[in-house]
Amino acid sequence: MNTAANYLTPDAAVHEHGGHEEHTSHSVFGFWLYLMTDCLLFASFFATYAVLYMNTAGGVSGKDIFELDYVAIETAALLLSSITFGFAMITAQGQKQRATLGWLLVTFAFGAVFIGMEINEFHHLIAEGYGPQKSAFLSAFFSLVGLHGLHVTAGLIWMTVMMIEVVRRGLGHQTVTRLSCLSLFWHFLDIVWICVFTVVYLMGAM
Amino acid sequence: MSIFGKLTLESVPYHEPIIMVTLAVVAVVGLVIAGLITKYKQWSVLWHDWITSIDHKRLGIMYIVLALVMLVRGFADAIMMRSQLALATNGAAGYLPPEHYDQIFSAHGVIMIIFMAMPFMIGLMNIIVPLQVGARDVAFPFLNNLSFWLTAGGAILINISLAVGEFARTGWVAYPPLSELAYSPGVGVDYYIWALQLSGMGTLLTAVNFLVTVFKMRAPGMRLMQMPIFTWTCTWANILVAASFPILTAVLAMLTLDRYLGFHFFTNEAGGNAMMYINLFWAWGHPEVYILILPAFGIFSEVISTFTGKRLFGYKSMVYASGAISILGFIVWLHHFFTMGSSANVNAFFGVMTMIIAVPTGAKLFNWLFTMYRGRLRITVPVLWTIGFMVTFTIGGMTGVLLAIPGADYVLHNSLFLIAHFHNTILGGAVFGYFAGFNYWFPKAMGFKLHEGWGKASFWCWLVGFFVAFMPLYVLGFLGMTRRLNHTNNPEWNLWLYIAAVGGVIIMFGIIFQFIQLYVSFKERKQLKDTTGDPWNGHTLEWSTASPPQFYNFGHIPTVHDIDAWTDMKEKGIAYKLLDKYLPIHMPKNTSAGVLMSLGFTGFGFAMIWHIWWLAIVGLVFAIGVYIKRCYSRDVDYFVMPEEVHEIEQAHAAAAAKEVTA
Repeated sequence: MNTAANYLTPDAAVHEHGGHEEHTSHSVFGFWLYLMTDCLLFASFFATYAVLYMNTAGGVSGKDIFELDYVAIETAALLLSSITFGFAMITAQGQKQRATLGWLLVTFAFGAVFIGMEINEFHHLIAEGYGPQKSAFLSAFFSLVGLHGLHVTAGLIWMTVMMIEVVRRGLGHQTVTRLSCLSLFWHFLDIVWICVFTVVYLMGAM
Repeated sequence: MSIFGKLTLESVPYHEPIIMVTLAVVAVVGLVIAGLITKYKQWSVLWHDWITSIDHKRLGIMYIVLALVMLVRGFADAIMMRSQLALATNGAAGYLPPEHYDQIFSAHGVIMIIFMAMPFMIGLMNIIVPLQVGARDVAFPFLNNLSFWLTAGGAILINISLAVGEFARTGWVAYPPLSELAYSPGVGVDYYIWALQLSGMGTLLTAVNFLVTVFKMRAPGMRLMQMPIFTWTCTWANILVAASFPILTAVLAMLTLDRYLGFHFFTNEAGGNAMMYINLFWAWGHPEVYILILPAFGIFSEVISTFTGKRLFGYKSMVYASGAISILGFIVWLHHFFTMGSSANVNAFFGVMTMIIAVPTGAKLFNWLFTMYRGRLRITVPVLWTIGFMVTFTIGGMTGVLLAIPGADYVLHNSLFLIAHFHNTILGGAVFGYFAGFNYWFPKAMGFKLHEGWGKASFWCWLVGFFVAFMPLYVLGFLGMTRRLNHTNNPEWNLWLYIAAVGGVIIMFGIIFQFIQLYVSFKERKQLKDTTGDPWNGHTLEWSTASPPQFYNFGHIPTVHDIDAWTDMKEKGIAYKLLDKYLPIHMPKNTSAGVLMSLGFTGFGFAMIWHIWWLAIVGLVFAIGVYIKRCYSRDVDYFVMPEEVHEIEQAHAAAAAKEVTA
């Protein structure tokens, strides 16, 4: 594209036309940048958790409250949802509307299982008297895990909107671009969860 | 709890005459402006051409208007503090009671940094960066409008705090445990939190937007190392925004959880750790000061190279120095609290890192000096601001290196020496830069130049006022006076406090003269008109457009072969050349979605401050709903036809040619 040697050849005007490819690349690059800022948001909460996790104020520590079996199932649900989203993207690239919808539904279901289990875990802990108000450790734990949960919830809402879009508008260029961004978001949350699982649950329970 | 949460009629401070008089003045001014808009039938223009505009140039102008309004508000706080301290000596109480005074210095800091300096910088960046890289607009024009209105929403919240409730009494840093519910039970800190969250969100979106713009939308031929220097420094600043603002979002969210839901991040009880807040705050706060200063460095570079008529000396070293400053800016945050009690090694590391920043900064100063060397410097208003900066900032830099020595910092921490130092760098560095940029690019944005005489008068008042106001604070710091004092009782300090107050008054004249300059320039806009679009014989692409630029910026996008692309085109004789045939230009349509979303978010913020939960939900759902609706609108763009482009381009070329032959 950069071969136009003269300043004023009409050929140079080709650059001026924002085609579909260009639009997609702007959106996806912009979304990557947003994800990096989100990554730093998580990093701040991780750092805070690392500083505060021993400040249990005489109350429970991670060892006392984490149930690794339960969290393992939660984790499996989220990891599987990443794979199924991958299938959704492959079918979307192939313009298979019904298959894309199907895989999105499966992804949504796995995501909903994850969130449901997380809410249940939080509810259980609070009911046992280990709410976030009890100690700095519990504050940091609830907000780090909860922040991830909020993101997944936002992802589920976004996925709902996208499913309606796929039904109504099919797999047009803009729709596939948006699905790509959501897919980046979803995989990103998966990676963050692996860090949460390792740093909070595995290292906490050991 | 009532449906208005904590909000009652008693929340309005009727008993405070100063606030009531201020509100009356604001109301009268507001009514006069509204009356004038009605008289000249401009409401529709205001809505269609400005409020809903997604044109980066108009958004830039609105950012700067916001900055100037907030400058007046922030300065009113400043002059009240200086006069209070000049009156409240020898044990006198002065006229500002402590609970009011505490709000004033907190508001002054927040307003000047978040709602004056940031919008000013972002406004200049909005107007100029897309033009400098040869783009038609930013990558995401709608997002740009939303960013502005989020910033404005934050500014509105902080101004509402004047009339309804109170502002934080914690200082602009809002350190816990003071800012926790136990010690700040009022709504002041909540205003602080939500005003910063809203504007922070806007700033973060702006950074992402401009990073995509410069990395993806440069004119053909423009390599990264050919970007104009102002664009480069803004890019470094945007990288810093993207890397540091999420930390602010996080730390404010944690403080929110502490205050609203009884968490224990930073409390004294249950294992909370207040130092964690202070670390995170400055992990954002220190990069923030480089976010402010780097674009100013870019402005000085543009100004000096334009007005000496020379290429900038050491372009590459400027770019790398800015990068070095950006990276180092991230590993010095602990110097804000050497007294925390870290080990000597930790303090030494952060002290050394801080001193090292002086090296790339010094390299920049030499670059500017070498650019001037053997050039023919035209002493215009932007150049005066630049030279004033070079002197002032050097002093500020040296006192900064003094403070970087942990041992010295133990003596000077939180003394007025520190206050003098950071005003020396932020005011004498960043703000002087924005004023230079304001005078330099004003004709580009508005189509006429600013009046030189009033500009010079304003500069001298600012410069002299600055030294008279802040040099005494260095002395007071050495004499042991700490910051945030409401009244004093030490005869040794009196003289210096009086002098500082006089300095404040001189600066006030500087500000008044700036507004007179604007008024006079507007009245004489015919004589001051910039017909060519290139009033200073500029070097970069923004000067190739008309003044104000065509709404689509470039009739056709030039191919770039040089850092000083416009100089290159002028030398090759191809400036102002018309094409035989233009292509249709794809343009985004204006939209009300940004301002409506911000309305929802601002309503959400206000509701959260006053615990009006239903309104918070309504505001949030409304904002998200507007966003989803916008996403599915098909009526978002249009084409400008070649005939219209040709006509506009021809008019610009003809005006430029007439000027050149005359």
